[in-house]
Amino acid sequence: MKIRGIQDKFWLVISLFLFVLIVGFFLSFLVGRYPIAPKTVFDIVVSNFYETQHYWDQNIETVVMEIRLPRVLLAILVGGALSLSGASYQALFKNPMVSPDILGVSSGAGFGAAVAMLYRWQWWQIQAAALVFGLIAVGMACAIAYFYARQEITVLILAGLVTSSLFQALLAIVKTLADTDNVLPSITFWLMGGLGRASNSDVLLMLPASSISFALLFWFRNHIDVLSAGEDEARTMGINVPFVKSIVILCSTMMTVAAVSISGIIGWVGLIIPHIARLMVGAKYSRIASSSFLLGGVFLLLIDNSIRHSGGVELPLGVLCTLVGTPIFAFQLSQARRSWM
Amino acid sequence: MLKAKDVRFQYKKNSPILRDISFELEYGQVLCLLGPNGTGKTTLLRCILGLNKTSSGSVSIGDIDVSSLPERKKAAHMAYVSQSSKVSFPYEVRDVVMMGRVASFSPGGSAAPRDVKIVNDVMERLEIGGLARRRFQELSGGEQQMVLIARSLAQQARIIIMDEPTANLDFSNQTRILRVIRTLSDDGFAILMTSHYPDHAFLACTKVALMRDGRIVNHGAPDKIVTTQNLTQLYGIPIRVTSTDVIVNGSAIKVCVPILAY
Repeated sequence: MKIRGIQDKFWLVISLFLFVLIVGFFLSFLVGRYPIAPKTVFDIVVSNFYETQHYWDQNIETVVMEIRLPRVLLAILVGGALSLSGASYQALFKNPMVSPDILGVSSGAGFGAAVAMLYRWQWWQIQAAALVFGLIAVGMACAIAYFYARQEITVLILAGLVTSSLFQALLAIVKTLADTDNVLPSITFWLMGGLGRASNSDVLLMLPASSISFALLFWFRNHIDVLSAGEDEARTMGINVPFVKSIVILCSTMMTVAAVSISGIIGWVGLIIPHIARLMVGAKYSRIASSSFLLGGVFLLLIDNSIRHSGGVELPLGVLCTLVGTPIFAFQLSQARRSWM
Repeated sequence: MLKAKDVRFQYKKNSPILRDISFELEYGQVLCLLGPNGTGKTTLLRCILGLNKTSSGSVSIGDIDVSSLPERKKAAHMAYVSQSSKVSFPYEVRDVVMMGRVASFSPGGSAAPRDVKIVNDVMERLEIGGLARRRFQELSGGEQQMVLIARSLAQQARIIIMDEPTANLDFSNQTRILRVIRTLSDDGFAILMTSHYPDHAFLACTKVALMRDGRIVNHGAPDKIVTTQNLTQLYGIPIRVTSTDVIVNGSAIKVCVPILAY
């Protein structure tokens, strides 16, 4: 009899992730073009809660509180949210190959952002357009699946593919129309993803979107597990399948669309992180969800830190994630063919 | 008591898959549906479970019309062991069995000690306690089927509906499953199952219904219904039903032998 000791390992793994995340969070404040001593960073953060003596330059405080803080927080939240929504979609579709943009959210958001840039709207309007069109794309995919086959989960995947392609075609048209000197480069850069313009107001969007989704998904964690037995079987086990499905789609969409509107398109995180999590903590959704969130946060934070550390030209985050993510994924395939059935 | 009355099911108008289906199943009884492929056995099970919506007729448990029940209540009355059931992702056996209890968890909650006890009890009952920490996918077909039966028992419903519970199993595993079915009916469960082996009707069932072209053409006690003539008609090939010298409870066990050539 093979016992893998998954249960006992879970709390170890989750504590490890949490520890790395917390340490990573603090160390990340030291990374950047502008060298700031650890003690100064600490004192600046503390000064926001207690009256202390300001011995530092105001510019340094701005760098810490308005540039580094939101960027670090958003790297964690975006990475966590994308991984959690990937894990949720993988559970819903009973398929480990599914990523958060399976229902077309990224393509929709990309189109929305591109249109906003075409009209030279402001940054917040670009974000809003990405958000709205991301939601429209998912809405369309769900509507198509609902009207043509209420029961079939495969139809939902196909519908996502259809809307994705539609918005990619529309995006291509926008790119053709765009001014090649200014607008086209900014569209291209946005599509490659990045947190270069992270601000504290973005945190105010990302934090509630991910915490509400996390709470809701966690509330239905056991129901989501039962979906893995098949939809008909889940129904006969007393699960309100359409309702649980809607919860998963709603929460995952909410998180992904918020993440994409802030950071542009960041691929692979939502696909590989749940995989690694599954290998480490087993199949139960509650475990995969919590460990994916933490690990995704750590992963994106590390990649974003390396971008900030390198200085000079800021490499696009989404591209770097793919660059790092693909070899990890390939390595995993060779390692654990059996476990991702 | 599970009761189906004049059940009719159709995808397209005027081409019914099932029609005039009526039967009753008491607690402690095992009803076996026999019939050729594509005759509507699985569809009938799905209609009873409410997975397919009947076009007319009714399915009731006691005085309750099943179609009006929400999933959670329905699951408290009826459990389902489907054919070729899969579990995606490498779940452990005890987690799979626990899935049968999830609908009765408190909202947002986890398994209570009572749920854990029920899961342990059903696994002990089916003698699969030793598999608890194994991964479902790594089990043999027979073990997997036992786990799925355990999952249905964990629901604590008194009606169990099984679609070809012995399909794709070797001889000893088929026998094990039949033995479980017998014990469960002795313990007061009502079991509705389909099978492609008429022999199984003699071994484990108290009632048989012969289905052909979406109708029940004959039903009653196995001894009366599973006969040379009826089976030959049902399957369209020559079949002999004959007694063996194996005596169980004072009567000889019968077997069905297909005749390949006269």
